[in-house]
Parts: sequence; structure tokens; C-alpha cells
Amino acid sequence: MNEKAPYQKGWIFVIPVVALVAFNAVIPLMTVVNYSVQETFGNNIFFFEGIKWFQAVLTSDRFHAALGRQLAFTATILAIELPLGVAIALAMPRKGPWLSVCLVLMALPLLIPWNVVGAMWNIFALPDIGLLGKTLNNLSINYNYTQQPAAAWVTLIAMDVWHWTSLVVLLAFAGLSSIPDAYYQAAKIDGASPYAVFRYIQLPKMRRVLTIAVLLRFMDSFMIYTEPFVLTGGGPGNATTLLSIDLVKVALGQFDLGPAAAMSIIYFLIVLLVSWVFYTVMTRKEEA
Amino acid sequence: MTLTWMAWTWQTAAFFCFIAACLVGMVIWEWRVPGGSPRRGILALDTTRGDRLFISLLGSAFINLGWLGIAGPPLWGAIILSLIYAFCVFRWV
Repeated sequence: MNEKAPYQKGWIFVIPVVALVAFNAVIPLMTVVNYSVQETFGNNIFFFEGIKWFQAVLTSDRFHAALGRQLAFTATILAIELPLGVAIALAMPRKGPWLSVCLVLMALPLLIPWNVVGAMWNIFALPDIGLLGKTLNNLSINYNYTQQPAAAWVTLIAMDVWHWTSLVVLLAFAGLSSIPDAYYQAAKIDGASPYAVFRYIQLPKMRRVLTIAVLLRFMDSFMIYTEPFVLTGGGPGNATTLLSIDLVKVALGQFDLGPAAAMSIIYFLIVLLVSWVFYTVMTRKEEA
Repeated sequence: MTLTWMAWTWQTAAFFCFIAACLVGMVIWEWRVPGGSPRRGILALDTTRGDRLFISLLGSAFINLGWLGIAGPPLWGAIILSLIYAFCVFRWV
């Protein structure tokens, strides 16, 4: 009799995780919901305001602008990092001593703390003393990310690409490594071109890891805070004030807890929706 | 330990009670009819009852936000629209 019992007590082992998630996620989220419908002037005294803050945020030009910048940033880095990451993974050796060298080099940016990355690029891109900024200006390219919005954006995107493309590379490489040699041998017998091998063997086999890469990069870039804060502080002007930077300004700079809580909930719902859509779309074809 | 720092109001408490009631209801439903009723609906998505509840709640949140951003308060229209939407999701998605 090898049949398993239909009802097991395995759920008991889940209780510690449920308790932990309740303490570090559900209770703070409940508190944010409570704050979002109230006004406070500190000292734990609150006044009920209903849905006023949600309406204020939804009709605010400042919120729309920050959301637009956030979407533009996320779309840009996804459009660069995914193809670049896959291309680098395809170019990496599959075996031999150089494989270890490549993997270590790829892993290095991921080991650097976010605020250090911001500080590194801040100094690296300074127009008067930074290696990048000084070099560009010596080449007669007018570059000053502290004063030019376009230069600030280019620097911000370059920094993110430098920091996070490695993650896509490592995930794509893991996907490529899992493809059995028999697939390549069959393609060789059929006389398949390198493009056909990529399109019909490598890309479908990487679908699952690329789904994870898109989700991770979307969520992480949509919630990015430390790097742009250290690099530009949201400037020049509000040019690189992404949603998270704006949220912190409202919550901690202005101490407007009600609007900040309403903004947080809207922010959270957008992340939840887009993540669900990405996941559903990218896994549907696989199951079909 | 008091919960005053969480700044509870009866309105938000009622909201969370509604969510908890939905989850308890889903547990009872699953207990009565096990398996989650998986199916492929009109959106060509494979969904279970839990997925349909998630889609209903998330969609309702955006219906309410959209209503608030475009038409403003009160939200009765958005709530009725959300209920119709949730019914459609559970019936056809």
C-alpha cells in the first residue's frame, strides 16, 4: 500500500512562516491602510478623512509625473538589460577555465551594496573630477549630470544596466546550461542556422528563467530608491524623481503620512497588477 | 501592548473583516467542494477559485481607484460595478 493519505498535517509546518509574514508584511500593510484614510499631526492623534487622500493623489500632477518617470525608467532598463543579458549569456563559454572567470566577473556587480553603487557612479560621472565625466568633457561632449536632465537619465540608466544586467546573464546562462546536447545535435543534423537554434531551441528553453528575470527586474526597478537617491537625489530639479523618491519626500520630508500611505497603496497595487500580468502572459503559452 | 499605533478605524477594520470573511468563505467552499474548480475561461486563462478571487479583488481595487480619479466620490457606483465585475469573473473567467 503505497498510496499517500489524502489529508496530511503538513500545513502545521507552514504556521511559523504565516506568523512571520503576518508580523513583517500584513500588520505593516494594515497600518498603512489605516493611515491612508486619516490625517495626523503627530503624537498618535488621528482624524478620519475617508478617501480624500486617494483622490488627492490620483488627481495630482506631481504623482502623474513621478509615475510617468518611473514607467519610463523601468521600460528602458528592461528593454536594454534583457536582450543584453541574453546576448552576453550566449557569448559566454559553456565549459573550461574561462567559464569560472566569466561567472565571477558577472557576479561582482551584484555583490556591491546599492548605496555603494550610487556613490561609485556619483564620483565616476562627476564632470570635473570623475573618470567618465572628465573624459567625456575632454572629448568636447558637454556632459554634466548634476545640471542636465538628459545626462542624469543616461547616467542613471547606465548605472542600473551596469549593476543588474549580470543578474539576467546568470539566469539566462542557467537556462542555457540546462539544454541537453541532444537538442543541438538534432539541430546540427537538420542543418539549422544559428538563428534557428536560438529561436526554436534556446529561447523556448530559457522562457522560464527569462520570466523570472523580467519579474525580478520589473519589481526591483519599479521600486528602486537607493541608487538614484545617492546618484542624483531626484535632480536636477525633479528630472529623476522616481515614484519611490517622491514617496519618501512626502512621507519623511513633509511628514504627510495620509497622502504617503495612499500613494504607497496605489504604488503597491500597480506593482501587484503588472507582476501578475507579466507572470500570466509569460506562463500561459508554456502551459498551452 | 496596545494597538493605538496602528490607528484603527471601524471603516478599515470592516474592510479587513471583509477580506478575512472572503478567505474563510473560500476555505469552507474548498472544504465542501475540494479541488478548486480549475477551468479555462473566456480569457483563456487556467484559473482556480482562489485565482478568480484574486482577480476579482485586484480588479475591484482598480475599478474603485479609476472611479475616484475620474468621477470622484461617492463610490457607490464603483462598488456596484465591482460586484458585477466579481460576479462575471467567477462565472466566466
